[in-house]
Amino acid sequence: MNKLDLFSDHHLVRQSLAAVIEIAEAFKLEKGRMPVLMEVCGSHTMAFARSGIKQRLMDHVKLIAGPGCPVCVTDQKSIDAMIQLADEPDTILCTFGDMMRVPGSASTLMKAKTEGKDIRVVYSPLESVKIAQQHPDKEVIFLGIGFETTIPILALAIREAEKMELHNFTIWMTTKLVEPVLRELLDAGEVKVDGFLLPGHVSVVLGKTSYDFLMKEYQVPGVISGFEPVQLLTGMYKLIDLLHNQKVDILNDYTHVVKEHGNAVARELLHTYFEFGDEAWRGMNVIPKSGLVLKDQYARFDAKKKFNVAVKEPRKVKCRCGEIIRGLINPEECVLFNKGCTPVHPIGPCMVSSEGTCAAHYQYMREE
Amino acid sequence: MCIGVPAKVLDIQNEEALVDVMGSRMYVGTFFVPEISIGDYVLLHAGQAMTIVNQLFAMESIEEWRNILRE
Repeated sequence: MNKLDLFSDHHLVRQSLAAVIEIAEAFKLEKGRMPVLMEVCGSHTMAFARSGIKQRLMDHVKLIAGPGCPVCVTDQKSIDAMIQLADEPDTILCTFGDMMRVPGSASTLMKAKTEGKDIRVVYSPLESVKIAQQHPDKEVIFLGIGFETTIPILALAIREAEKMELHNFTIWMTTKLVEPVLRELLDAGEVKVDGFLLPGHVSVVLGKTSYDFLMKEYQVPGVISGFEPVQLLTGMYKLIDLLHNQKVDILNDYTHVVKEHGNAVARELLHTYFEFGDEAWRGMNVIPKSGLVLKDQYARFDAKKKFNVAVKEPRKVKCRCGEIIRGLINPEECVLFNKGCTPVHPIGPCMVSSEGTCAAHYQYMREE
Repeated sequence: MCIGVPAKVLDIQNEEALVDVMGSRMYVGTFFVPEISIGDYVLLHAGQAMTIVNQLFAMESIEEWRNILRE
């Protein structure tokens, strides 16, 4: 067995589940309620549902999905603007696959593609730089969504475009940062959370120390967790153990991947090209300095400055993705879930994305 | 989108590495992990190696958990 496969070992998973249930029950006995944990990352949400852990622990731990799915937190107006961008003449739009089926007010990127617009799914932003190099007569725009895991790679794409002296490559930036949104959730106080399961891969860039504000300013504990079943369970166990013992701390339970201070090379590159900017989040309006925008000296790579895209206020829909992202309701509480909104015909981004809470509930937790 | 994939480094040239991902071979960027060596396991995201997976720490995590379960 590969060393890393041990994190999915069935025997260890069963034992781990029993240990989590035991400590959660001890917490319940003392507090008279279940521990309430928020998994910040969309990949955690999907991993909890897919592995069956969320369903198995339903009577012992309340798990709330947080605002960590990059597609889901992209606001409706940005999606409308991206779709409208495809109408620009001689343009090639490049994006990650998840974005293609997200509905805007009247269309999707997929629909625009079937109507003849040149929209391409790429695995890496650097592929879009190569496309720009191969098509000097076209404007190539990369739709730059994502959290701190992805943003350094956007910076790398700009570095490449700069080295190649490309004048036909831009990024439509609508990136999001983890710390401001966690602060927003805690300051709003709408959702009551005992502790956070912190995102494993965002932490690769940020490092453990970036979450100290949770402990110092909000007195809320957190554990950085991996994505395999044993890692999900050990993360939960350590978090509930902290709560049960009334300790506030930030623990790294993903030490073989996440370092104390993260990836300095990635952070340095990120700050070379970007600075903090206000960002609109789906269902949360604009959060000050919650995203990154290109610095003035790199404005030539900024699609928002190069293309004049003005979109109307999006039409109101009954989709409740905004409340789901804020951890206020479960997908089943949305009137559209499994009725008007399904993976085949999604209304909101939480049903489209491979990290979306609605998609996770639909695929793995729905009762027929 | 934030899911990382572990891969074994087979060869390194400039800012690129040839890696094995569950039997498939591909080239990935190494800009973010300048300390990379052949034989390392790296975590990939959108075509870039983002961190080197420390196998010793992985084993320690498993051992630590087994100890918790034995208690």
